[in-house]
Amino acid sequence: MMAVELYKLFTRARTWISVVLICGLPLLVAVFVAVTHLAPPPGQGSAFLSAVLSDGKLYPAAALALVLPIFLPVSVAVVAGDSIAGEAANGTLRYLLVRPVGRTRLLVSKLFAITTFVLFAVLAVTVTSYLIGVFLLGPGAPAAVAQPGGAGTGPGGIVSGGAPTAGVQAGSSITSLSGAPLTLLQLMERVTWAVAFITVSMLGVAAIALFLSTVADSALGAAIGALAVLVASEVLVTLNSASVIQPYLPTRYWLAWIDFFRQPIFWRDIQRGFAIQAVYVAVFLAAAWANLATKDVTT
Amino acid sequence: MITTRSLTKRYGTVTAVSSVDIDVREGDRYGLLGPNGSGKTTLVRMLLGLVFATSGEIEVMGSRIPRHANRVLRDVGALVESPAAYPNLSGRANLKLLDAAGPRGDRRTRRRRIDGALEQAGLAGIDRRPVKNYSLGMRQRLGLAAALVRRPRLLILDEPGNGLDPHGIRDTRQLLLDLNQSGVTIFLSSHLLAEVEQQCTRIGILDQGRLVLQEELGTLRAPTGRVLVDSADAGRVAGLLDGAVEQRDGTRLVVRHPDAAALNERLVREGVRVSSIAPQIRTLEEVVLEVTGAGNDQVGGPVRGAGDPAVQGSRP
Repeated sequence: MMAVELYKLFTRARTWISVVLICGLPLLVAVFVAVTHLAPPPGQGSAFLSAVLSDGKLYPAAALALVLPIFLPVSVAVVAGDSIAGEAANGTLRYLLVRPVGRTRLLVSKLFAITTFVLFAVLAVTVTSYLIGVFLLGPGAPAAVAQPGGAGTGPGGIVSGGAPTAGVQAGSSITSLSGAPLTLLQLMERVTWAVAFITVSMLGVAAIALFLSTVADSALGAAIGALAVLVASEVLVTLNSASVIQPYLPTRYWLAWIDFFRQPIFWRDIQRGFAIQAVYVAVFLAAAWANLATKDVTT
Repeated sequence: MITTRSLTKRYGTVTAVSSVDIDVREGDRYGLLGPNGSGKTTLVRMLLGLVFATSGEIEVMGSRIPRHANRVLRDVGALVESPAAYPNLSGRANLKLLDAAGPRGDRRTRRRRIDGALEQAGLAGIDRRPVKNYSLGMRQRLGLAAALVRRPRLLILDEPGNGLDPHGIRDTRQLLLDLNQSGVTIFLSSHLLAEVEQQCTRIGILDQGRLVLQEELGTLRAPTGRVLVDSADAGRVAGLLDGAVEQRDGTRLVVRHPDAAALNERLVREGVRVSSIAPQIRTLEEVVLEVTGAGNDQVGGPVRGAGDPAVQGSRP
């Protein structure tokens, strides 16, 4: 059944179009930045964008920060919101159930496919933006490397013990957000962590959309419902008078993965982010299961 | 094969199915008839574990539904309301996908089973076109093929004739007959009386959620003990057979008499001109109209019998 769900996921044009769009936005931004050499000043604009001119290898982090607020959650909400409601609207839900595919098994397979999609999308952005960064912005592009280069190369010798080849040490040390250098190995490790964190955050979105998908009759309704939750959360996150509930909002710690690029890693928000998403995933999956398992399928 | 006891389904205040006791025996070709909105589809969905009963019990092939649905449904092929498929995939890909999704979908025999089912459903020449380009009739055939891929012991078909042209209807009828002869029990629901009349051995009639009749078709269609007479001398007939004439409509009469031949002989002897005479056999349509009200797609009060003389005449 899981293989069946994967097959359905990857034979749909929508899957590929959304991944292409998600990867396309960072490409577009990279082209503009590379052509104009005008990145937002540090501390402004999208995270990491100010740093990528000095080192294209940081571009995956910048790209993730670009797609995280809208593109990624929208595509995840669409895929997850479609999972049950789409089958119901298409009439195939009843044929799957009488095939018979148990309702729990169906939900688990859907979750598996959604998780695969999230991971696929996040990894696609990461890999393509790394290539974009290296090719368009350069691994320490000649024009841009000058200013922050001092910070990058100076203490580079101190932390570069992990780098295998001495010759590329200078080139492969990357400035972290805190100004301290990272080796390429460290960077890869932290990007991996960030990918994991973002994937878990998106699973929180997916769980909400999946639950709504078992409730709503239309896939669009479920996806929009999940996005409405996110938008509401974003509004409340910035509202001082809502500070009591802010720690529990789904989007509160979405950007905590940026802390992976600090030296040393600033774990507090990351841990809270993981924890809050785990709670959202657990609660909404349980609700989705309870609803689907007891629901009359009349579509 | 299928037994329900006091099966009831309520949606809020609406009772869709009310205390239904159905009994489908092995080898039956059972036709569930009823006007639109009489609860046929809800009943079929309950038999398949899609809709949960408010009260009552369902047993399919000896096991309780919905508790053992996952075990029982392996041996059941089903068509629920309309067929459905993934529109971006070909018919064959749809069948493969569905086969791989559940139990009894042995990968080694899949190709052979799918080819067989497509052939049975009249889609042997199917190409790689996606299902979204299929005609309604092709979709219906594909749905039928999907129900046959795992060689079920029981077929539960909701409105199998929908969207089929006369050829398709005839093919389907023949297919179901053949399957039934090879041991498959068939349960189908339909509002098409002629279809049920031609292919079922036993019928149940559902009206406003209640099973108002369940009988062998042969019993239902036994002679009614009346004779239909068409005579230019209808007035004389009425005079001769006073008391036995139940109804008179122009030249046509309904006469209570056990033997049409004997009655004919008597009338002719009396010099009555008889242009046609035959024992009255109720059509299924009459039976259905007699025991059901109007469907819920007709707005207004239920018009029972709707002034059809034949129906009134056959009312006991």
